[in-house]
Amino acid sequence: MSSDQPFITDESQVVTETRDARMTGQGDRFNSRLREAFGSSPFILTKFDKFLNWCRGSSMFMLQFGIACCSIEMMHTYAVKHDLDRFGSGVPRASPRQADVMIVPGTIVSKFAPRMKRVYDQMPEPKFVVGMGSCTISGGPFQEGYNVIKGAEEVIPIDIHVPGCPPRPEALVYGVVKLQERVANGEAAPVTVKPYELEEFSDLERDELVDKLADQIDDDELVMRYNFADSP
Amino acid sequence: MSLERPDSVDDAAVERTPDEIEALLGDLVVDRDDHLNAPGFVIRPDTVQETLRTLKEQAGYDHLSVVSAQEYENRYESIYHLKKYDDPTQEVSIVVPADKDHPVSESAEPVFRTADWHEREAYDLIGIEYDDHPDLRRILLPETWQGHPLSMDYDKDRPQIATLPAHANPLEEHHKDAESDTMFLNIGPHHPATHGVLHLKTVLDGEQVADVEPDIGYLHRSEEQMAQSGTYRHQIMPYPDRWDYISAGLLNEWAYARAAEDLADIEVPEYAQVIRTMGAEMCRIAAHMLALATFALDINGDFTATFMYAINDRERVQNLLEDLTGQRLMFNYFRLGGVVWDLPEPREEFFSKTRDFLDQLPESVEEYHNLITSNEVFQMRTIDTGILPPEVAKNYGATGPVARGSGVDYDLRRDDPYGYYDELDWDVVTEDGGDNFSRLLVRMREVEESAKIIEQCVDLLEDWPEDERNIQANVPRTLRPDDDTEIYRAVEGAKGELGIYIRADGTDKPARFKIRSPCFSNLQTLPEMANGEYIPDVIAALGSLDVVLGEVDR
Repeated sequence: MSSDQPFITDESQVVTETRDARMTGQGDRFNSRLREAFGSSPFILTKFDKFLNWCRGSSMFMLQFGIACCSIEMMHTYAVKHDLDRFGSGVPRASPRQADVMIVPGTIVSKFAPRMKRVYDQMPEPKFVVGMGSCTISGGPFQEGYNVIKGAEEVIPIDIHVPGCPPRPEALVYGVVKLQERVANGEAAPVTVKPYELEEFSDLERDELVDKLADQIDDDELVMRYNFADSP
Repeated sequence: MSLERPDSVDDAAVERTPDEIEALLGDLVVDRDDHLNAPGFVIRPDTVQETLRTLKEQAGYDHLSVVSAQEYENRYESIYHLKKYDDPTQEVSIVVPADKDHPVSESAEPVFRTADWHEREAYDLIGIEYDDHPDLRRILLPETWQGHPLSMDYDKDRPQIATLPAHANPLEEHHKDAESDTMFLNIGPHHPATHGVLHLKTVLDGEQVADVEPDIGYLHRSEEQMAQSGTYRHQIMPYPDRWDYISAGLLNEWAYARAAEDLADIEVPEYAQVIRTMGAEMCRIAAHMLALATFALDINGDFTATFMYAINDRERVQNLLEDLTGQRLMFNYFRLGGVVWDLPEPREEFFSKTRDFLDQLPESVEEYHNLITSNEVFQMRTIDTGILPPEVAKNYGATGPVARGSGVDYDLRRDDPYGYYDELDWDVVTEDGGDNFSRLLVRMREVEESAKIIEQCVDLLEDWPEDERNIQANVPRTLRPDDDTEIYRAVEGAKGELGIYIRADGTDKPARFKIRSPCFSNLQTLPEMANGEYIPDVIAALGSLDVVLGEVDR
């Protein structure tokens, strides 16, 4: 509808500043501060993998993975007050197939280690691991335990260790942000195919123990062998 | 049914002297082996069921707290710690020695259902075999484990192999006809609704649960071994914090403190008892808040707001605990004979912070009632689902909010008083529904009771004369309780009766340290609640049990 008469409205009812800015083009959203920073050119020249690393580091999807005491502090890190989402990494995913980062929050014991490795294997590449707490470093206070794996690194590779028993949420935030920095700078090798798959029982070297268990375990069953004597 | 009331009903409440119990058991008793907390009767390993049945039906000992097993130089031994739900101070221990070369003992499972898991654990860790047990296999360690780790000749350095089995359908062979098509479903060990690393082997018939079997041991951190290799005085206290790690640290520390103090005959100053009581109730609030938060999430993923609200309240109470103890989660604040330090200075600031927290708490609780308990969706999901009748709860040894949600009026803070609880004015909360909703209500009302206790403690502490603030009794640097003294002591943890059995051997370390975890017994009731229900109700029932796997597996 064309008319000489402008559409008149009750000025007192609207925020006139915003409207004025729109009409005169001052607040043009295309004239953003980012664009000002670029100068006259709307283009950025960068290396593709540098850009990709920046994307990866800025949007981390966490695996919702609770093991032991540290997972309570991990929940506090996700929730109000500490709010990990502020740093672009606070979306816990229930499925490992949707996650980039696994925080290992607790003690790994013999029964759980194969399951954890399975979960790790189910995550798509590139994937990163943050070890939370002393247990994932060395077994922590339970290091002497007969059933405890002396550090998560015996099972899966770990990018960042956050020490503490348990670490405070602030420490975990720091660890995650450090990981983001490393990923963005291309320091944590993003795509590597790591030879960390579970062995089948028939792959194990024959010895006394394997012979003894031969009638209990099928040849194609996935197993994990612990040599506690060689553990640190 | 006979109209005559059986004698046992009248006899149940009567307190009997040890000699009367011995007379009741008659020839069954071979010897006496008294513990510090209870008279102990030695019986032959093939009369376990008869003895326990007599005590349960004729003397009213209806609560099998725990079965603790151990190996001696010349024999194996299982101890059945019995109590009464009506009066837990009436205790009796049944000691069952078994042959060193061939340790076999009769199972108590037909008398007390809860013995099932306890005896499986004893078999797993110690190596005693139980005759007549329905399903004797390992419970905490992988099936393929070699040796029994708490037995004497165990070699910690030997290699082990754990498997990742693809599970078979356990009902398949019973349903061979073509019409049945049950489905096997693994829930966990990595699953958001299992509150940690619990594995539920579930068999579904359509949407209904035909069978569910909890598979535990994914967080078995050898806690008992750790305690047995630490000295009484200082080295054990940090570990209880890590059993029930949902901020319930002080409640757990109290379990160890109470057992060890009674064992070494240490009197705790009154001032320290008040501080302990206050700290412990703060922990209970924090623990129940998380139970509420995660339960709401289990019921419906849209209750994220409730989760955030509850975490917010937890942060508040954790700040208070941090001021008091110096740590957010693993407090390590109790010492044998008292606490490690006095209230933080300036005291007035701490008191006013605590009062601020208590003042806003009723408002928060009101908010939770608005958000969840009065929510129609929530009510539909929780009322009349996951029903646990009181008799079943007792048979499984359930305690804490789970038992109180089924109308079992059992709370050790009142029934077997310790600390400063019997001087304060508060109530034990029970609900008669026995369903998921009742258990939640019990927790929410307990939060209010805890607030009442804290308030009274703050009043007491504020007026405490400055020169009588004694936080620590005189305790020898090294504790060496007498050889062969045994004690079982329990406190009311966040999840129920948390007990410790200690046998001293004259050294500065316990010879046997057994943890009676409330969650271990509570979790055992899950099949009773879940079988025949729909699968979302299993998740709701599990959430309402509020198990914490660090305590189940230890």
